[in-house]
Amino acid sequence: MAADSRIAPGMRRARSAPAGPRLARRVLDSEQFNGWAFVTPGAAVILLFGAAPIVWSAVMSFQRSSLLGSSTPFAGLSNYRRMVHDPIVAQAIQHTLIYAVLFVPGTMLVGLFLAVAMNRKIRGIAIYRTAAYATMAISTISEAIVFIWLFDPSYGIVNYAFSKAGIPQQQFLNSPSEALYVIVAMTIWGWTGFAVVIYLAALQGVPQSLLEAAAIDGASPWRAFRKVTLPMLSPASLFLAVWLTINALQLFDEVYLSTKGGPLNATTVLVYYLYDQAFQNFDFGYASAIAYFLFLVIIVITVIQFRVGRRFTYYRS
Amino acid sequence: MTATSAPARGIGQADSVGAGQGRRRRRLPFSPWHLVLIPATVVLIFPFVWLVATSLETPAEALHFPPILIPHTIRFANYSDALASAPFARFMVNSAVVAVATVLCNLVLCTLAGYAFARFRFLGRTALFAVIMATLMVPFQVTMIPQFIITKWLGVHVLAGVGINHIGALILPNAATAFGIFFLRQFFRTLPLEYEESARVDGASRLTVLAKIVLPLAAPPLATLAALTFLDSWNNFLWPLIAITSTNQMTLPLGLATFQGAHSTEWTLLMAGNVMSLIPMLIVFFVAQRYFVRSVAATGLAGT
Repeated sequence: MAADSRIAPGMRRARSAPAGPRLARRVLDSEQFNGWAFVTPGAAVILLFGAAPIVWSAVMSFQRSSLLGSSTPFAGLSNYRRMVHDPIVAQAIQHTLIYAVLFVPGTMLVGLFLAVAMNRKIRGIAIYRTAAYATMAISTISEAIVFIWLFDPSYGIVNYAFSKAGIPQQQFLNSPSEALYVIVAMTIWGWTGFAVVIYLAALQGVPQSLLEAAAIDGASPWRAFRKVTLPMLSPASLFLAVWLTINALQLFDEVYLSTKGGPLNATTVLVYYLYDQAFQNFDFGYASAIAYFLFLVIIVITVIQFRVGRRFTYYRS
Repeated sequence: MTATSAPARGIGQADSVGAGQGRRRRRLPFSPWHLVLIPATVVLIFPFVWLVATSLETPAEALHFPPILIPHTIRFANYSDALASAPFARFMVNSAVVAVATVLCNLVLCTLAGYAFARFRFLGRTALFAVIMATLMVPFQVTMIPQFIITKWLGVHVLAGVGINHIGALILPNAATAFGIFFLRQFFRTLPLEYEESARVDGASRLTVLAKIVLPLAAPPLATLAALTFLDSWNNFLWPLIAITSTNQMTLPLGLATFQGAHSTEWTLLMAGNVMSLIPMLIVFFVAQRYFVRSVAATGLAGT
């Protein structure tokens, strides 16, 4: 509206004065124009590859679709109904949850323990820390290949160590009852660096005065750790629990590389089954339904974690 | 934020050292924590050691039981054999191109968008920002099938270089991220307005203000975003697995996984390929360890 009143006198003088350029300059300098000009490239990428696909896959989950046929008839809830009756989906949910229940606390405990041990200035501390951080630099694929070799049933060094310790030889990734636990072990190793970094950063925010006060009051180091340090670390713990759980529910790389969901579907997790349906069977509709189910599971678990976590989390501010 | 926490950190560390040493020095000539940290470090490093050892053994040594930790003769031929059966150099170049391009695109696009969301009032700003934030919560598995179809369509109808089976397909969908936009917007909002306003009064364009006044102040968050984006891009596996099938367009994780599929029992060859895949990232990581660690820590502190 303000712009209109300015345009009018400009237009009257249109022939004599260079009102066109002045108007153009005004537009080019406006928050409206600059806002959209600055936002458009990035927003276009995110709308095209992030936002639109969310809607599209929701639609696809109600269609009987495949890459081979071009027709995609509406199929109602049939993809979702199929999921409820699919025994492999039930197994995949079970494996995913077992994996998450072992992996998340396991990684947090290892990370917490190492971070507490490394939170001091002793000789060689840089070496210890670097060793932990280095696991962040290794890709899931490299990690999986090394662990397949470490846990090789015939030639692996873990079985050799077992034989030295008098433990019978194990089949590890070839055994339906053990494979998932080997994957838990390899992923905990792979995430150690991340957990250590988060806990170390949080530990350095714990005020020393509180620990000293606890010591003066006669608290043992263990009690001070439990009553002072742990509560001060609780925001970091909540963050790690949520972050690691989201990643655990999306486990794929290690399964794809080491077991392909086997043996006997023992390591089929949700995302692996989803990938299998989408890009081996090209059943995009069914895979989209599974993807949305996964999304729902992640939301529900994350909300529960925040709800429950808030009660045990201490924020200083 | 950094200004207030930095001194506290320094004081805290100094105090803990004094207290710890004072009590324990009498009993042991070294900190007892070494007794915990040395075995833990051995466990953490052992997979790396075993990986390198196997990559230098003969196939017979690798299959020897009990396992041989130190090979009798160092066999570099595994590396040349691995290079002969898979183009690891090509994978490395592809990974580097994809990672560097993704980082640069993110720095430019997320800076522009993050700054606009932080400073400009324009029609639809709130709605657009809400939509972008919503994508942040959705796991990749939900979007990957449409992303695959869109990428395929773009390659056929718009530009082959960003279609299926071209490394461009690994760059374009990640050229801007909701996380990057949000992260930089939050940072820009903490900056005082005065500098920008006085530059505006002096007649600088909005783009000039961003480039000359704001960006020099934004080095730390930009470095954080660069480090996180680089790690993500370099280690990404699922999307390349879907988007790329021809060997000469593969990135390191995908190339290595394919190599493993073809040579799953040739351990010495496999480990040589694995070492070659690891080395570039390990070097980058050690050189810039401070940045990577600080960046990962920043995500944790932001989340708490």
